[in-house]
Amino acid sequence: MTGEVIPLWRSVAGGALIGAAAGILLLVNGRVAGISGIVAGSLEANFGKQAWRAFFLLGLVLPALLVGAGPVDWSASPLILAAAGLLVGVGTRVANGCTSGHGVCGLANLSPRSLAATVTFVAVAVVTVAAKHLVSPP
Amino acid sequence: MTGLVALIAGALFGAGLLLSGMTNPANVLAFLDVTGHWQPALAFTMAAAVTVAFPAYAIVRRRQRTLLGQPVDQPERSLIDAPLLLGSGLFGVGWGLSGVCPGPGVVVLTTGTLPAIAFGGGLAIGMIMANVASRRAPGEPRGA
Repeated sequence: MTGEVIPLWRSVAGGALIGAAAGILLLVNGRVAGISGIVAGSLEANFGKQAWRAFFLLGLVLPALLVGAGPVDWSASPLILAAAGLLVGVGTRVANGCTSGHGVCGLANLSPRSLAATVTFVAVAVVTVAAKHLVSPP
Repeated sequence: MTGLVALIAGALFGAGLLLSGMTNPANVLAFLDVTGHWQPALAFTMAAAVTVAFPAYAIVRRRQRTLLGQPVDQPERSLIDAPLLLGSGLFGVGWGLSGVCPGPGVVVLTTGTLPAIAFGGGLAIGMIMANVASRRAPGEPRGA
């Protein structure tokens, strides 16, 4: 499946907004904008001290609630997606970060650990997509 | 105050995901389809995000405090260890199968459709499983 044609300004401006969000959360609140950590933390029992996470997640869905989520084109069955979600959930906890925590915040912090994580998950995802094409040609 | 800042940061983050098209799994899969019809757009998104966040991290690295003088909650580990690589590998397989990582996974829940709920349900169960497992293994560090 091919994606939408996204104009360059949207790619760059979207990234800049994500970077600004990470910068503000760190500079003012002293927190890393790692979504997997924020979601996992909000699923913990000791929720009271972690209310900021709920506010962040509310903010995260707010634009989509206001203007809609835009095109969302799925290419896998719900069963595969549930399995994929499980892998993403376990994997990002074991690695302590995902695209945002390692890929944006960690790289911005010049962390070799986050660079290793980012190279690994991007490379494995690229191989996974290539392997899918072998099983069922596009 | 902390809550309001988190709300604003979350909203900026969510707007960025929508604007960049990262909330559409097809766009993410096209970015990952290096050996096929590769669409590099998301590389610009990642580069812009890192570039804009960089000064904030440089400031906090020097001060070791927030702008308001509060302590910073940053992961302290710098080791490239087996859990980091194994976890990132599992994440990579899930990301390549679905085209969805945690941020977009949360945003697309607003569509209320079965695929979004299937992914989000798997994500939550996987995280809870990992949380429980790490509590049962004392000494195993847990971070942000």
